[in-house]
Amino acid sequence: MSAAAIRLDDLTLGYDRHPAVHHLSGSFGPGSLTAIVGPNGAGKTTLLKAIVGLLRPLAGRIELGAIRRAEIAYLPQQADIDRSFPISVLDMVQLGHWGRIGVFGRISPAMRAAAAHALEAVGLTSFERRPIGSLSAGQFQRALFARTLLQDCPVILLDEPFTAIDEHTAQDLLGLVHRWHGERRTVVLVSHDLEQVRRHFPQTLLVAREQIGWGPTAEVLTPANLQRAGAMLERWKENPEICGRSAA
Amino acid sequence: MSMLYDLLAAPFVDFAFMRRALVACAALAVGCGPVGVLLLLRRMSLVGDSMSHAVLPGAAIGFVISGLSLVSMSIGGFVAGLLVALASGVVTRVTQLREDASFAAFYLISIALGVLIVSTRGSNVDLMHVLFGTILAVDNHSLLLVSAIATVSIAVLAVIYRPLIVECFDPAFLRSVGGHGASYHILFLVLVVLNLVAGFQALGTLMAVGLMMLPAAAARFWSAEVWSLAAASAAIALVSGYVGLLVSFHFDLPSGPAIVLTAGVIYLVSMAVGSQGSLRKNLIAQPHYES
Repeated sequence: MSAAAIRLDDLTLGYDRHPAVHHLSGSFGPGSLTAIVGPNGAGKTTLLKAIVGLLRPLAGRIELGAIRRAEIAYLPQQADIDRSFPISVLDMVQLGHWGRIGVFGRISPAMRAAAAHALEAVGLTSFERRPIGSLSAGQFQRALFARTLLQDCPVILLDEPFTAIDEHTAQDLLGLVHRWHGERRTVVLVSHDLEQVRRHFPQTLLVAREQIGWGPTAEVLTPANLQRAGAMLERWKENPEICGRSAA
Repeated sequence: MSMLYDLLAAPFVDFAFMRRALVACAALAVGCGPVGVLLLLRRMSLVGDSMSHAVLPGAAIGFVISGLSLVSMSIGGFVAGLLVALASGVVTRVTQLREDASFAAFYLISIALGVLIVSTRGSNVDLMHVLFGTILAVDNHSLLLVSAIATVSIAVLAVIYRPLIVECFDPAFLRSVGGHGASYHILFLVLVVLNLVAGFQALGTLMAVGLMMLPAAAARFWSAEVWSLAAASAAIALVSGYVGLLVSFHFDLPSGPAIVLTAGVIYLVSMAVGSQGSLRKNLIAQPHYES
């Protein structure tokens, strides 16, 4: 797996001209494993959406280097998916082959075998024919990880993948995250679990709309930084002025 | 035996207008069945209803220009339906109004406008034709139109099947892998309008959506994959057409309502005893499996 880097250059993202991410610069190094941490509303999800191309920057740039947008696997929060939809676990997981099959392509026996492997890797082997609506929250997250596994991308973005699932499932899926890291993929994960971040993620980006810290986890997740992050978002401006900071 | 023949087959053997009506129902079933299932799965059932009314002013303008002419009313209806679909889409994206509200607003305007146009120029009989359809009077041109629409619908659905389904249940994923969800959505809306124009020929603007949504809703109680839902929905629509025509023939009832009511009865029965999430499944305690 050739390692890929993502560089943010004075990036401002937002909705309706209100910035959700303000003048962010830095980079996710090739093959790095980074946690994005910050209070609710800090712009973590917004940042992932922009990297994957679902949101246009208000200012600044995202540089993907040699990789294409389609080579970024993105796992959004569960809330975005209609789980009552009548589709089987296998069919949903096999959508991970999209980059190879597109709109018309056929699923080859090799792809079918890869899907079975991915389901085995997440512990859902006997669930192939079940509709996705019959899965528990944890099982559904396992299925989404299987799909992400099949996408086989150099960059993987995960938005709060361990929220609302039990410890055992989280441990299994963290194992996959480490496997991706070992394969030199660039992995970025949004998390609220500081303990987990300290234990498993070498790099951390702490944001609260502005960048509070970005670097080795131990240096970023200091009490002082965390307090600063919490305080940042409490300031809500009723009538904000136009931001005067110009692009560098 | 001959009584059964008289009851079930004779009307179609003896009368050409019954045969044509049956063929029209079959074509409608093939197109509307799958389209209705996808509308249902996209949680757009009421949007389908709104769009069926949106067809009215266009058809009315066509009627004013050239009387009860199939071609002009169809083209008018298609254009009007598409305009309302697009306008509602734009309003939803650009303003704060939600999709259901913007569709409702446009369809209310449309139906008032349509009734106004028809009643200023035509008689009450014409208005009844436009509102409730004339399936027993379909001629060969209408049959060709309805069959062509069914053919196009099935072909287009087959081509856009995969991205359309992904766009239904996980639009963010489709966008993240570079699929153009919006264009499939628009193509699908065009199919909905086309099928409503087809249904409008047979069942009128008020009930065109009946053969689309009722079979789809009934099918939801019998199967659990998209393709089998579409097949079941088409089959239910076909049976509704056949039984509805027979009922209307034997009891001398208007055929459009008879067909839609038959679909309604099938829906109610499915809701009560269907194999998936029906009243029977949900309310009656059944022995549970071993853990």
